Amino acid sequence: MMLRLVARRLVLAVPLLFVVSTSTFLLVALIPGNIARTIVGAQATEQQYLSLRNSLGLELPLYTRYWHWLERALHGNLGVSLFSQQSVTSMLDSRLAPTLSLVIGATAVSALVGVALGLVGALRPGAIDWLVDVTALVGLAVPSFFLGLVLVSWTAVSLRVLPAIGYVPMGTSLSGWLKSLVLPVLTLSAGGIAVVAKQTRDAMRDVLERPFIRTLRASGLSSRSIVLKHALRCAAIPIVTVIGLVFIGVLSGAVVVESVFAFPGLGSLAVQATSESDLPLIQGIVIYFTIFVIAVNLCVDIVYGLLDPRVRAA
Amino acid sequence: MTSIINPLAERQPVPLARPSFSRHLLRRPVALCAVAFLGVLVVVSVAAPLLAPYNPQSQDLTRVLTGPTGHNLLGTDTLGRDVLSRLIYGGRRSLLSIAEGLGVVLLLGVPLGLVAGYVGGWTDRLLSRLGELVMAIPAIILILVVLAVVPHNEDIAMLAFGLLGAPTIMRVVRGATLAVREEQYIKAARVSGLTHLRIVTRHVLPRVQGPVIVQASLFAAYALLFETGIAYLGLTGNAASATWGGMVAEASTVIEQQSWLLYPPGAIIALTILALGLLGSAVRDAAVMDEGGAALRTVPHTPRARTPATMGRCPDGDAPALLSVVDLEVTLSRHGGATPVVDGVSFAVRAGETVGLVGESGCGKSVTALAVLRLLPRGMQVSGGRVLWEGTDLLGLRGRDFDRLRGTAFGYVSQEPLASLDPTFTIGSQLAEVLRHHDDASRRAAKVRALELLRLVELPEPKHVASSRSYELSGGMAQRVAIALALAGRPRLLVADEPTTALDVTVQAEILALLRRLQAETGMSVLLITHNWGVVADICDRALVMYAGQVVESSPVELMFDEPLHPYTSGLMNSHPAQARGRPRLATIGGNPPSLGDWPQGCRFAPRCPYSAAKCRAGDIPPDSSRTGRMSRCVRVDEISLGGHGDRSALA
Repeated sequence: MMLRLVARRLVLAVPLLFVVSTSTFLLVALIPGNIARTIVGAQATEQQYLSLRNSLGLELPLYTRYWHWLERALHGNLGVSLFSQQSVTSMLDSRLAPTLSLVIGATAVSALVGVALGLVGALRPGAIDWLVDVTALVGLAVPSFFLGLVLVSWTAVSLRVLPAIGYVPMGTSLSGWLKSLVLPVLTLSAGGIAVVAKQTRDAMRDVLERPFIRTLRASGLSSRSIVLKHALRCAAIPIVTVIGLVFIGVLSGAVVVESVFAFPGLGSLAVQATSESDLPLIQGIVIYFTIFVIAVNLCVDIVYGLLDPRVRAA
Repeated sequence: MTSIINPLAERQPVPLARPSFSRHLLRRPVALCAVAFLGVLVVVSVAAPLLAPYNPQSQDLTRVLTGPTGHNLLGTDTLGRDVLSRLIYGGRRSLLSIAEGLGVVLLLGVPLGLVAGYVGGWTDRLLSRLGELVMAIPAIILILVVLAVVPHNEDIAMLAFGLLGAPTIMRVVRGATLAVREEQYIKAARVSGLTHLRIVTRHVLPRVQGPVIVQASLFAAYALLFETGIAYLGLTGNAASATWGGMVAEASTVIEQQSWLLYPPGAIIALTILALGLLGSAVRDAAVMDEGGAALRTVPHTPRARTPATMGRCPDGDAPALLSVVDLEVTLSRHGGATPVVDGVSFAVRAGETVGLVGESGCGKSVTALAVLRLLPRGMQVSGGRVLWEGTDLLGLRGRDFDRLRGTAFGYVSQEPLASLDPTFTIGSQLAEVLRHHDDASRRAAKVRALELLRLVELPEPKHVASSRSYELSGGMAQRVAIALALAGRPRLLVADEPTTALDVTVQAEILALLRRLQAETGMSVLLITHNWGVVADICDRALVMYAGQVVESSPVELMFDEPLHPYTSGLMNSHPAQARGRPRLATIGGNPPSLGDWPQGCRFAPRCPYSAAKCRAGDIPPDSSRTGRMSRCVRVDEISLGGHGDRSALA
């Protein structure tokens, strides 16, 4: 039954990928502005301008361009970067590891710390409760680029305990990899921790008031089993939903945070591609990001199925 | 849970669009601060040329990175430009961007939401699907595409940001509109021939105002976060123009020499986002308070002096009591006050006895039982009295010691059989977990005993039931499972809170028969909460009648049916359908029970009582125990005769 669920979600994912890719394509085509002129710059000769127009296929009708693009994309060919002349997919693939380390790390930290804080908040209203509210406000209000720089200035510049910027691949040095991740992950998690903690607290409060908790309590089970086994499992669905959203938020945040920490990931590549108006590259990044979103939504759905037998049956 | 009073639970959201609303909002200090801060920000930005001490572009390379001085209040940057002036001018760009994004979101999201919610049907489905698609994509990456095509054009980027944010507000407006559309006066307006446009603008729009304000302020916060983000990345603006995000980026280049430069722009961004976020949540809270404030009037609770005669005396005869409750008080705390919910309740349950607790919804029956079991919902607490279990005061017991009594001293069966089982675990594993907790048995032994218990509660196919989950059972089956769960620790007292209310009539009789049989076999005591006299007549030895948080009568069941002492008991019995046989019509008690915190002075039943006299309202009515084994809280008990309700079996 689980397989059927996964298959169905995958089928539903196809339209999303199609709509997103089509709309980015149309966006590029329809936004007023002369893209070829933008790319070549004001100093370029007419000759350079025309040859770029030609290589971008801009003289062809929109639907022909779209068809070519789609056909190639379906074969896994997202074109060639206008600047480096490298294939977009190989450029993006080489940037996957830093981004995934960062995004998965930040989501995991948000989930673990957030759930722990939220549980304490639900069980012991008072000081922690207040702390959850304050972290939520501050975590969401402080922009990640500012928070990241403040962390850098405190820990890396003043104390010199952590590398300020840069990424060390896991293969090079495991401890170096971990160290290079600490500050960016912390920066990206601040908002996520707040959101997960708030959701956990609210969901747990709700579940702890439900009649079956009263029955279990009356039957003599230990509070630990009631909270961690029965209540948390029941509250897990909204918490998992929020963790899925946190992943997507963290993915967006990576665009900024990777630039702050000079991480060679997809996010900083996206910024670079934008400032260079490297259209094939940025379109490729959109596709990759959409695939991440689809993958996360799929994971969330699978977890729903594991948590709630009714979803599987439906 | 009809008698656990939660006045906030079932209230409809109250429309926000009332003239007093903005005043109400501004009375909250947080909201006032947020609005004031944002107001100052707007004024300062608009009046930047007048207020800024320096030209934001003018450089002074002799005075770079000074840090705060009397000359430059917030210091100077890498080119010797005044930070304060740049901050003031930078606000203009950020606020303009917020306005652009907000404009698109509102102009697009609100009308579409109204249309989706008001028209419904396929329009709604189409718009909702479309919105979901847009919301599924990280907005920032799509806007990077836009910025790749039109470099450094912040206006277009913000318009695009608004476009991508519109589905969120559309969804909220749609939800609010759907709710409003179903209301009577909107339906009436439709029938009366008002045009749709007029209905929407005059009646629906004001009602969705509140959620829109909340969403708009949250969106504004995100828009600022986004705007400063792309400015920080250098994707908008240019080197000369002052932007908050750009100032942070500049500061980052000199972070090793002068980290101060980071803080003025960072702080102003964070504070502005904070103010917008706080404004949003204050609007939301104000709406909730509006709704809750009127719902529950709290009265200062002053414990009343008690007559020594009632202190600590077991009110029901001499036999040793298993459980005795003495002068129990429970209060509900809300908005800084404490409202009494249960007020001076005393009763006892002897070994092997079945005691019924009777009364209308909201009189405190369930709360009394939950207080004994330490299962009171959040916000309620025992504020006085004693609960004795074989002479030991339970209220003084530490949490862990009390937990040892759960399941073994008392079991509990609720009125919602389906909701009282954990939907995520199978019946078998729930039962086994409880059994292993009490018996320290092996997995296998617990499994065997779980099946035995299911058989004991007369479930057919216990194996099948053990492998099912709560939602696969009927109400009657679920209640049998709940009883099995309660019996797992072999309790000496079973507290059953309206165990048959949610069930079909035929199933009710079966469950009652089961309870009677189990009680006869195990010798346990039962405290049965009910509003059904038939159930009382059927299985109870004694009954307690509660009204407005007090026990108004306590008698052996035979005597109570023969000659009720309290007019409320008599009224309740008369309104029982089974009594109506052979009578012209079903008698009812006029009026409604008083709501929490509104209990009248003197006899609480007096306003509805056909026998009420001046002395009934004079002061607190003490319990009258002059008749052996009986108690009544009626001052006229010797003056009025209520007549019997005769045959107990006619009810059963």
